[in-house]
Amino acid sequence: MLRYFIKKIQSLALSLLVASLVIFVAVEVVPGDPASFMLGINAQPETIAALREQLGLNVSLWERYFTWLTGMLQGDFGTSYTYRTPVAEMIQDRMVISLPLAVYALVLSTLIAFPAGILAATKRGSATDTSVMGVTQLGIAIPNFWFAMLMVVVFAINLRWFSAGGFPRGGWGDSFADYMAAMKALTLPAIALALPQASILARVMRSSLLDTLTEDYIRTARAKGLSKRQTLWRHALRNALIPVLTIIGLQFAFLLAGGIIIEKIFFLPGLGQLIFQAITQRDLIVVESVVMLLVFAVIIVNFTVDLAYGLADPRLRSGK
Amino acid sequence: MRITDFLKSRNFVVGKILTTIFCLAALISFFWTPFPVDGVDIPNKLQAPAWPYLLGTDHLGRDVLSMIMAGARVSIAVAVLAVGIGMLVGVPLGLAAAANKGKLLDEIIMRGNDLVFAFPSLVIAILITAIFGASAVNAIIAIGIFNIPVFARITRGGALSLWERDYILSARVAGKSSTRISLEHILPNVMNLLIVQGTIQFSLGILAEAGLSFVGLGVQPPIPSWGRMLAESQTLIYTSPYLALFPGMAILLTVLGLNLMGDGLRDLFDPKLREARR
Amino acid sequence: MSLLQISDLSLSIGHTQVLHNISMDINAGEILGVIGESGSGKSMTAFASMQLLPERATCSGKIMLSGKDVLSLSERDLCRMRGNDVGMVFQEPMTALNPVKNIGDQVAETIRIHEPNVSKKDALQRAREALNRCELSEDRFPLTRYPHEMSGGQRQRVVIAMAIARHPKLLIADEPTTALDVTTQAEILELLIKLVREDGMGLMMITHDLAVVADMADRIVIMKEGHIVEQGETKALFASMSHPYTKALFQASSHQPERNAEIKETPLLEVKNVSRDYSLPRKKLFAPAGHFRAVNGVSFEIKRGESLGLVGESGCGKSTLTRAILGLEAVQEGEVLLDGAPVLNNRSVRRKLQVVFQDPYGSFNPRWKVRRLISEPFYLLDHPPKGIELEKALDEALISVGLSPSDKDKYIHEFSGGQRQRIAIARAIIIRPDLILLDEAVSALDVSVRAQVLDLLAELSKSYGLTYLFISHDLSVVRNITDRVLVMKGGEIVEQGETHQVFDQPSHPYTKKLINAAPKLPEDLKDIA
Repeated sequence: MLRYFIKKIQSLALSLLVASLVIFVAVEVVPGDPASFMLGINAQPETIAALREQLGLNVSLWERYFTWLTGMLQGDFGTSYTYRTPVAEMIQDRMVISLPLAVYALVLSTLIAFPAGILAATKRGSATDTSVMGVTQLGIAIPNFWFAMLMVVVFAINLRWFSAGGFPRGGWGDSFADYMAAMKALTLPAIALALPQASILARVMRSSLLDTLTEDYIRTARAKGLSKRQTLWRHALRNALIPVLTIIGLQFAFLLAGGIIIEKIFFLPGLGQLIFQAITQRDLIVVESVVMLLVFAVIIVNFTVDLAYGLADPRLRSGK
Repeated sequence: MRITDFLKSRNFVVGKILTTIFCLAALISFFWTPFPVDGVDIPNKLQAPAWPYLLGTDHLGRDVLSMIMAGARVSIAVAVLAVGIGMLVGVPLGLAAAANKGKLLDEIIMRGNDLVFAFPSLVIAILITAIFGASAVNAIIAIGIFNIPVFARITRGGALSLWERDYILSARVAGKSSTRISLEHILPNVMNLLIVQGTIQFSLGILAEAGLSFVGLGVQPPIPSWGRMLAESQTLIYTSPYLALFPGMAILLTVLGLNLMGDGLRDLFDPKLREARR
Repeated sequence: MSLLQISDLSLSIGHTQVLHNISMDINAGEILGVIGESGSGKSMTAFASMQLLPERATCSGKIMLSGKDVLSLSERDLCRMRGNDVGMVFQEPMTALNPVKNIGDQVAETIRIHEPNVSKKDALQRAREALNRCELSEDRFPLTRYPHEMSGGQRQRVVIAMAIARHPKLLIADEPTTALDVTTQAEILELLIKLVREDGMGLMMITHDLAVVADMADRIVIMKEGHIVEQGETKALFASMSHPYTKALFQASSHQPERNAEIKETPLLEVKNVSRDYSLPRKKLFAPAGHFRAVNGVSFEIKRGESLGLVGESGCGKSTLTRAILGLEAVQEGEVLLDGAPVLNNRSVRRKLQVVFQDPYGSFNPRWKVRRLISEPFYLLDHPPKGIELEKALDEALISVGLSPSDKDKYIHEFSGGQRQRIAIARAIIIRPDLILLDEAVSALDVSVRAQVLDLLAELSKSYGLTYLFISHDLSVVRNITDRVLVMKGGEIVEQGETHQVFDQPSHPYTKKLINAAPKLPEDLKDIA
């Protein structure tokens, strides 16, 4: 297990390094001079020079990359040009909304998908199976932001169960009531994000289980005297989980990035709002940092999934 | 299962009909739409669905049906081109990786794949837009880049199992190079996989284009797009919910149609499934 | 009363009838051999006895297992019966165990499922005993071992331990040794016999190989296309062989093709001191990568017109050697010469050399027609035939392997396994090579088909002046069709000589072990056939 772990840590570090290089090149090299890019064509040469000074552009590219990288490792993402505040703080303020939203959606998606997928697989060919497959077929095809709008119409405008958007001013607050209010504000967005992902996950769960149920060792287990149900729970499920884990890992990336769109519909002051403002204001420092953060999150999640593989499958642990 | 049975299978037929409808709508929109697509007509703004505006009009008095027809054109074009980019780059990479399994080239290609996988298409679009500004081309490139590792991976996976086959060894005994083997033996045998994945990526591309246009990172005005129609309807959702309903339905039905067709094709191509249905 | 009594059993899967009114029985302590080629319904008989059939299967008739009417039992009662009254061992040990559970848990599960009150500790203790009985000792195979850490033979022992953990009255073994090497096969068969004797179990031994059951079964049932064609006491059955199919099967399995090709003194293929290394994955980050020597200093030659056998078990290096001879991989030491010229990267030499592989299903691109498949070796020629010339070559190749010229516009899936192997041979002879490598070329075929293909090869060797290198794990094949034989083990050739001499007076202990382990038909019966 240790060797597997070390191997994965190595590839994690390498991925992060290369990803940061790609982002750095895209944001700080491709546009030419970032300072004149950010200020637009009508800027005065003195203003540009001042910004170049402030951004530390007067040194070599490698030096700049290195400074940026070491800065990030210490939690320093630079200073936003438009807001004149540290980017790290801005991101932190937004993350307390975006990250819980993605996690909330992931939990919902898993809670819906597992029972649905298992049920459909065990009752293969039955009416239950057909309806689960039908609903998931719709769930995959539905654009999540449109689904979100429909939910606003139904639950916020017509039924008035939820507010149509926004996040409590006090954030997560101190009291339980504050906490619940925050959760409530995230509920519709989380459902909108979760439903299409749950549909995909349920289908993967079903087909993975059905594949596993045709394996030879399932027959062996039946020959020992296990019932179909016992075989499913004791032998098929754990083996079927391996492809499901992959999808869960991929989904977290979609949920985090997709959250950006959903936040717009519910007027949530999350990372999405931050990045769209930054794009219109050409605040490259913020764009660079948020993108790096999103990519970082995806890579970390994939790393976690790899470790989970190791736990689920002894063959990987021994490095074969 | 014979081809005729397959063509009769309900899902595939429904999928084919839906896809045909939207492709036709896109084609017809080049020559004719009920009203001009960019025909701003303020006096007739926000008409509820009724004759002659079958699906109503928006806040500028444009006919929603006409815009949906023209929007189909954009959606399909973006998704097709993005699939094209993904295949043209991804498939050769996948073939090369499989032909050099375990060697440095394979390692580099697969690592590169993992890296691109870490950039969701939305993030790529954000990067491109931040630097070059928003446009339909950005959407195509962003979704296309996202498609590359998908096709590379599926090609490599399919090709790897084929390289184990004895007929590949026979071809090598006949003195054929690995490039020639990849083209003559491997590519035709992974084609099925690619077609199925192609329809899936096509439908994902339509969803992604709508999402990008919705947040303003994709197609720009005045080109009609389903995603932007939805974005524009957001503030009017209290008064005119139908403005949000129809473009959304268009996306849903197109994607559904493509997915059903993809499932049907997979059933046809998968010998295991075909065996089971006999 | 019989332990298992099957009477008038018929079985249909969907609309296809798989078994037709078959009847057989097994007594306690008795070994019943059920023999048939693929598609004979022998495995389905076993699955019907366990009621582990595909979903659309329907049975009629009667199956009585120690007094219980199996066909009328509820699913719950069937679960109580399986693993308890009857255990089962399967063909493919590599996939028969759950890869994510250790062997202790898997064996203990048989006990715990039938005795819910037994504590986990006691169940594991009894699992240990079952594994010990299957000769997997505690020091080498602790209960915490995972299947992927074990070889095929060892895994099969775990499967057997699971089957016998509850001391069932009946054991059903479905081709338990087919996927294993001969020496491992012998050990597993010995183990099964021992367990049957110790527990007084009945054993239903299903196999396609007559020789496997010839000296262990008390009685034999011979099946063909879902019917029982003959059954009786082993000796009496062999002695009488009343049914023509039994006779044919018997003759085919000891078939000796007629060979009289002329052997010249000039060597055609020379393998000189060849060694081939593979680098191993690094164990530690900064340690140098290790090497594994798959072939070590192998030298031999084949004379023109000769037929040479190369025998060895899996992992002995014969596949690596094959690749080196075919010129597909470079070697670290030594050289491979054909007609005096090196084969590696040399088109003009390679065209004198062709190959036929084992798997009749994987040897052909399913999207090509036969025409394109068998003309592929022409790629080696500088001026491949075209038009009428090509058609003539195609027709001749197909005719000479016993197929018809009209077959050239068919796809490969339209042919049976035996026909496919003929097409593979047609592909090999079409450019008139001097040497053909037959890499397990008949191993996947049923005995009767195998005999026909061997006859064809003998015939072609004469008419085309071909030299053969037979590579096989199966001694019986090599014995009947080669002039000389090489025995390979651990990357080296441990013995070589005239075939009859090696078989009659083996000198190396490994050769002796191989020959003893190979299942044989009783000598006195051979004369009858």
